[in-house]
Amino acid sequence: MIAYKPARIIESLVIPVGALLTGTALFGLFCAALGENGFAVFHSIYRAAFADWYSWQNTLTRAAPLLLCGLCTALPARAGLIVIGNEGAMVVGAIGAVSAGLAFPDAPHIASILLMAAAGMICGGLWICIAASLHHFRGVNAVISSLLLNYIAIALLNHLIEGPMRDPASLNNPSTRPLAAAQHLGLIPGSRVHDGLLFGLAACAAAWFLFSRTAFGFSARVVGGNIRAAQLCGIGIGRVLLILSFLGGACAGLAGMVEVAAVQGRANASVNTGYGYAGILVAFLARHNPAGIVLVSLLLGGIVASGGMLQRAHNLPDAAVMVLQGILFLVILCSETLYGRWTERRLRAN
Amino acid sequence: MTGISRRALIAGSTISSAAQGKPLVLGYIYGGPKNDLGYNQAHSDGRQALGKLPGVHAMDEASVPETVVAEESMSNMIHQDRADAIFATSYGHFDPFTLNVARRNPRVQFFHCGGFWQSERHPNNVGVYFGFIDEVEYLSGMLAGFATRTNKLGFVAAKPIPQVLRNINSFTLGARSVNPQITTKVVFTGDWVLPIREAEASSSLVDQGIDVLTGHTGSPRVIVQMAERRGIYANGYQFNQASMAPKGFLTGAEWNWATVYTKYAEMLRAGKTVVDGSIPRRLTGTLKDGFCRLSPFGPQVTEQARQAVAAAREKIISGSLGIYSGPIRDNTGRVRIPQGANVNVTDPELDKTDWLVEGVLGRTRS
Repeated sequence: MIAYKPARIIESLVIPVGALLTGTALFGLFCAALGENGFAVFHSIYRAAFADWYSWQNTLTRAAPLLLCGLCTALPARAGLIVIGNEGAMVVGAIGAVSAGLAFPDAPHIASILLMAAAGMICGGLWICIAASLHHFRGVNAVISSLLLNYIAIALLNHLIEGPMRDPASLNNPSTRPLAAAQHLGLIPGSRVHDGLLFGLAACAAAWFLFSRTAFGFSARVVGGNIRAAQLCGIGIGRVLLILSFLGGACAGLAGMVEVAAVQGRANASVNTGYGYAGILVAFLARHNPAGIVLVSLLLGGIVASGGMLQRAHNLPDAAVMVLQGILFLVILCSETLYGRWTERRLRAN
Repeated sequence: MTGISRRALIAGSTISSAAQGKPLVLGYIYGGPKNDLGYNQAHSDGRQALGKLPGVHAMDEASVPETVVAEESMSNMIHQDRADAIFATSYGHFDPFTLNVARRNPRVQFFHCGGFWQSERHPNNVGVYFGFIDEVEYLSGMLAGFATRTNKLGFVAAKPIPQVLRNINSFTLGARSVNPQITTKVVFTGDWVLPIREAEASSSLVDQGIDVLTGHTGSPRVIVQMAERRGIYANGYQFNQASMAPKGFLTGAEWNWATVYTKYAEMLRAGKTVVDGSIPRRLTGTLKDGFCRLSPFGPQVTEQARQAVAAAREKIISGSLGIYSGPIRDNTGRVRIPQGANVNVTDPELDKTDWLVEGVLGRTRS
């Protein structure tokens, strides 16, 4: 038993790092197949994402929505429920936030931000709760239902921006009316990075606190670890799943609010950015651990931020960063099967 | 630092970087993929031509959406790659994205394809460029006129905006200059990149008896492909689509941005700038200026057609043949260009075109 804990820690470091290295090696081969030097490509990723303060700001700006979208999968996953409706929750959150903002255009800055954040979080939270409820009450697979909810959310967004909420002045790019200047989210002083990053970090800190320092977090982990044991302990499974799904969805909804209030200034088709799907990758790569999400979001934010550089410096296709993300995701999913093998052997040996 | 003023230091550094022969760095952004065999590939092709020029480094980013992402791509080119000038090629990149980045980076020059610069509202480090391709469409229409047996041509168009209507009109005028019996049937798809709808429209036009098909979309590759599959002739647009129809391809009106980009690179390398007007605020050109050209002729173009088109091309370049020479009626019978009038293709009046010429079957309101 003594050797068990260090072995588990080593395992939880070696496997993700190994998976990352394998993924990067495969991407290196992909680059080689396109006639580019893989090492030079990785140097460009570093240069575009982490080399100086300018690049760091690009990375941090992209990490902000990834933090929030990662939590959308990570929170319910701790209780054993896999939800991949991040994109939909983000889109619905953006719709909620922009509706709240446009309904009260004259509200002061702080009030607007709070109102829009609350609207985005409630919309996103309820959206994921649909999938969780279908799972808990009707036995519908939450992976499938939440994925399909994404398409419904995007269709809803397209309907609203092309119909009822369309600004007649938006000709080529159908959009809602723009938010007032006082409703825009500010920048972190001394940078080009918006306050959404702080939201993301705060949400990760809160998630960490929830799981490691509260009774609710403990019961969530019990539900995720062994649902029969949780039932025997008298834990309300449905309550735990629904609350975590609401919180997860609320995080993605907040990401949607950040996207409209800090980046686009209005809702249009660009709100559907793909951060939601990338958030699934973040959550799995971080093994649903809030501290891991921070690290992985920075890494992935950097990779996304370097997409342009790979085209400019290496003439790689614009989808190259998507290929890298896809390879990493597959390798990490495969590596999930390795957990426990070594530790079990150690346990048996003891 | 003592003994050296800040100004001297900065001046010194400028001279030394010039002496080291820092290459001229140009950044290009496209709205779509650079292998679309259409609008974006035409620009990418033009950029690649700069590879031959010494001391010029031209980089590009494809599929840059018309959102704040475009601003970021341009800013990254400026801050991470020290770009001296940015070329934004998609219509929606202009306002507000290119203008915003231009305001923040007054030392960098910005050139936009097809934008409309307004002196009172827009920063003065922004220029625009575009070409007038009507004459090439006219020649392309002539070849279609020689090839058709049914006297029915088909045109799949994206949107009924002036730029597109002009191409439909000049293509039809060219065809009817060969044979006044010819009609052009037009179908609008509604957007620039809708491959499935373009294929459906093409197919339904063939069912209606047309035997030469062309189009104006982001890339007419699907249109040309469909024509080949249905065994009729095809004329391309934007870029050379001959590879899509090895049998039935006649020719096409294509852009030749290499001319334009080489011209810009040479002016920029000579230290000229759009700010003081040494680079024109608005750079435009026609067939004569090499801004656009005919695609190489396909295998089924007859010798008679070849000679007639070559002769018409010479006349257009010398100025003795104006493609918009009156009388020209629209397809409702109204006279649009009166007898004796000759409207030059560069005339801004044509940018207001909202009519289809006599012989076109279709309406501008779809």
